[in-house]
Amino acid sequence: MEFKNEIWVFIEQRNGKPADVSFELLCKGHKLTEAMGGTLKAIVIGDDVGGIAKQTFTYGANEAVVIEDKSLLHYRTLPYSRILNNLVKEHVPRIVLFGATVIGRDLAPRVASHTKSGLTADCTDLQIENVKYLKVDHPNLLLQIRPAFGGNIIATIITPDVPTQMATVREGVMELHPLEKPFDGKITKLEYKHDPVDDLIRIIEQHMEDNKVNLKSAPIIVAGGYGLGSKENFRLVEELAHTIGGEVAGSRAAVDAGFVTPERQVGQTGVTVRPKLYIAIGISGAIQHRAGMQDSNKIIAINNDPEAPIFGVAHYGIVGDATEVIPTFIETYKHKLK
Amino acid sequence: GKVSAVTMGPPRASDILRECLFMGADEVCLITDRKFAGADTLATSYVLSKAIEKLGKFDFIFAGRQAIDGDTAQVGPQTAEKLSVPQITYTEEIIEVKKDKIRIKRKIDGGYEIVESTIPVLITVLKDVVDPRPFSSKRVMAYKNAKSLIELEKLAEDNSLLAVDKLVHEFEERGLYINTLTTDDLDVDIERCGIKGSPTKVYKVESVVLGGGEHAKVEPTKAGLGELVDQLMADHIFG
Ligand SMILES: Cc1cc2nc3c(=O)[nH]c(=O)nc-3n(C[C@H](O)[C@H](O)[C@H](O)COP(=O)(O)OP(=O)(O)OC[C@H]3O[C@@H](n4cnc5c(N)ncnc54)[C@H](O)[C@@H]3O)c2cc1C
Ligand SMILES: Nc1ncnc2c1ncn2[C@@H]1O[C@H](COP(=O)(O)O)[C@@H](O)[C@H]1O
Repeated sequence: MEFKNEIWVFIEQRNGKPADVSFELLCKGHKLTEAMGGTLKAIVIGDDVGGIAKQTFTYGANEAVVIEDKSLLHYRTLPYSRILNNLVKEHVPRIVLFGATVIGRDLAPRVASHTKSGLTADCTDLQIENVKYLKVDHPNLLLQIRPAFGGNIIATIITPDVPTQMATVREGVMELHPLEKPFDGKITKLEYKHDPVDDLIRIIEQHMEDNKVNLKSAPIIVAGGYGLGSKENFRLVEELAHTIGGEVAGSRAAVDAGFVTPERQVGQTGVTVRPKLYIAIGISGAIQHRAGMQDSNKIIAINNDPEAPIFGVAHYGIVGDATEVIPTFIETYKHKLK
Repeated sequence: GKVSAVTMGPPRASDILRECLFMGADEVCLITDRKFAGADTLATSYVLSKAIEKLGKFDFIFAGRQAIDGDTAQVGPQTAEKLSVPQITYTEEIIEVKKDKIRIKRKIDGGYEIVESTIPVLITVLKDVVDPRPFSSKRVMAYKNAKSLIELEKLAEDNSLLAVDKLVHEFEERGLYINTLTTDDLDVDIERCGIKGSPTKVYKVESVVLGGGEHAKVEPTKAGLGELVDQLMADHIFG
């Protein structure tokens, strides 16, 4: 089968503001086009999004496809998925990438379902490779890499038999590398054709909470896990973070136990971070957690089990009980930096 | 109204359906067939949508946001697309149900929104939206012997005096038959079911080799931690 070498990235915007993850995906998409040839297209849907379309050229898009209408200002499943369904069916891109955000996870499965494409959620890496699968050669296939369910296993998923390969990726997983000189890209405007089904769901009101925690840009992160044992003990993690000027984060087990709020979860299904310093306390170091923090500049692990896998990615390991180590750490720090 | 619980899975999934009956489901349906096995989310949503079409008209389809094993959150939206119905994902609260409309509070990136949908609609809910109802002991007594086709086939196999058709009829009469749909009952293209109909293939699995502990060991004492703090100050991380 001959395929078109086109990679598309769905550019997500909220109230006219582009999502970081979409630009991160463009940077990755740019790398992928370097590996397989072809063009990178940004698909921008919204109201008055010409500015966003231009910005995509800075992150590697060769072309921006723009669909604008007043009614497209806010994301709604039906007009957006209908637009993409038709575009994918008509042009059959080789790869389509979505942010694994609320919007991306609402939209991507609908488009994959409609176009019978393969879709892999929450990839932690994407690569292009010539694959031999069941004795058949598949040149330039997309490797969709993600931790497998349970266990310390990384799975590589492929969708060799479908024309379009789709994947979602969380914010922060791919790195942002603006081009020194933006491409002189082309903007293609397509008409939006309204359909009555687009209005089956109405948005009555929206509320945005602005005090969003920004783990991604914090230079120091202190993360606690289930090993803290209680919400009271977790206070120690907060106290240490406060003392050394870091943000508080947690493992999923800590979030599930109610020690810390979900937006502070680090890992494959949380936030991916690369701070200057990451302190993991009472965290075993499951692969899903490591996926979100192992690229940190310096990692300190505090755990009472010397065999805990977290020590495998740590630069400094402290074996001990968190409830004793943290107070000593705080005291020592205060003493040194007086 | 009437609540039906529908699941696609191996024969032992009838355990879950009996639990649904204990909790108050009016009807349950097991979709099971060897040919459905190994399905990814696309093939799963294909078979589910065919089964739902067969079961008849509906107002609402409720699905979890994501399965515990997969964490993909795809089956709901993929099924909605195949049924050509709208969807509301990330539901935090059902605010109001009117005759032909439903109003829902749903999570969005950085906040929440309130939306109103016409009916029918597929709704995926976040966990903790509702507390599952406890089993009713009366219903446990009434339905603990409910059986699926596969279970009745097994009974008949073990006892030559029993015929499957008669058993099904008898269990139906007593309201104890777990409606069972296989490839024979559904208008499905076998090529789109199970492993055959699943575009996603596992190409490689690799165990992650843990770095052999090439980290500096720090003693949990004032002296040990003091050295660590000095080191991090020298690296311009602290201070
Ligand atoms: C699809 C999927 C996605 C997932 N996504 C994520 C994700 O994004 N992020 C994430 O974190 N997890 C995720 N998980 C869960 C992950 O697999 C682990 O279950 C989780 O990370 C474990 O959290 P934990 O290390 O805090 O708890 P545990 O594994 O229970 O570890 C607790 C640790 O604390 C130590 N400990 C106990 N007492 C003390 C003490 N007094 N002092 C010091 N140490 C102590 C123990 O030795 C142990 O190592 C995901 C799982 C799945 C299946
Ligand atoms: N085999 C199945 N039978 C019935 N419902 C399913 C099945 N697989 C997934 N679902 C529904 O889809 C939701 C999301 O699943 P997933 O896409 O696998 O994360 C689940 O919470 C279920 O409500």
